[in-house]
Amino acid sequence: MARLNVNPTRMELSKLKKKLESARRGHKLLKDKRDELMRQFMILIKENRQLRSEVETAIAEADKYMAVAGSVMQREVLETALMIPKQEVELEVSEKNVMSVYIPEFRTKYKTSDTSDIYSYGTAFTSTDLDGAVSALSEVFPKMIRLAEVEKACQLMADEIEKTRRRVNALEHIMIPDYEETIKYITMKLSENERNTTTSLMKVKDMVLQQKHNYH
Amino acid sequence: MYKVAVIGDSASVSGFAALGLSVFRETEPQKISKLITRLAANDFAVIYITEPAAALVSDTINKYRNSRLPSIVLIPAIKGNTGDGMRAVHEAVEKAVGSDILKN
Repeated sequence: MARLNVNPTRMELSKLKKKLESARRGHKLLKDKRDELMRQFMILIKENRQLRSEVETAIAEADKYMAVAGSVMQREVLETALMIPKQEVELEVSEKNVMSVYIPEFRTKYKTSDTSDIYSYGTAFTSTDLDGAVSALSEVFPKMIRLAEVEKACQLMADEIEKTRRRVNALEHIMIPDYEETIKYITMKLSENERNTTTSLMKVKDMVLQQKHNYH
Repeated sequence: MYKVAVIGDSASVSGFAALGLSVFRETEPQKISKLITRLAANDFAVIYITEPAAALVSDTINKYRNSRLPSIVLIPAIKGNTGDGMRAVHEAVEKAVGSDILKN
């Protein structure tokens, strides 16, 4: 801990006292912010983990179908079947403010009104495994969008929590102790000066009295 | 209106084309990296990328980690799950809490 480099005057003392007060208030506020962010983060990260394992299993399942489809169909036929999609997905993005962290929210919009209308090919030349793969993917897609939302939110919040924690620590362990020490130093210096003045006054008074009345 | 992209090797991402997502079949690091930069500047809000493809361009992906959009999400490729996606979740916990409290 280091004392700040300031002149020991009353002016500085009152300035520092004000600073200390706002540092304490800031510390309390940031601490509350950190705690609340952490609470929200823990809820989200649980959802994130859950969603991720669900999505990963579902995609693995779809990939299995896809692998089979790829083995029974010619590569070109498979690619052609999927080349011109019937469905088109667009996202509407809005913002949500969680403790001053702006996290995105996604809303999916489909081009065709029937969301199950996803098969871009006739059934004559394609394997049923391809149908399986496509329907498995379309089933998990809403979860994938939610995962994108949650994962981004977690990343942004983790970043903000880290920043806030650093600020809280800097205030708690550096700025506030420094202010306190400097205030103590100035107070002591000032009272020391005061005692100094008192003693020299007493001394002068003695000298004057001695000169005038010959007191001892 | 924002769009959704999928990047990865052909076999892993073809299925997503049927859902109406924009599918990019790329496996070369430089091309993927350029592609991500281009997509991020062009109204793509969500980019799904397969784990092996993501491993090639982790620098580019980290660059977008703390920006609001796009949200880059790792998905397993057809060859199997490498666990990179889950690892990213644990990294976020470690960053926020200081240690990975979900590890068990």
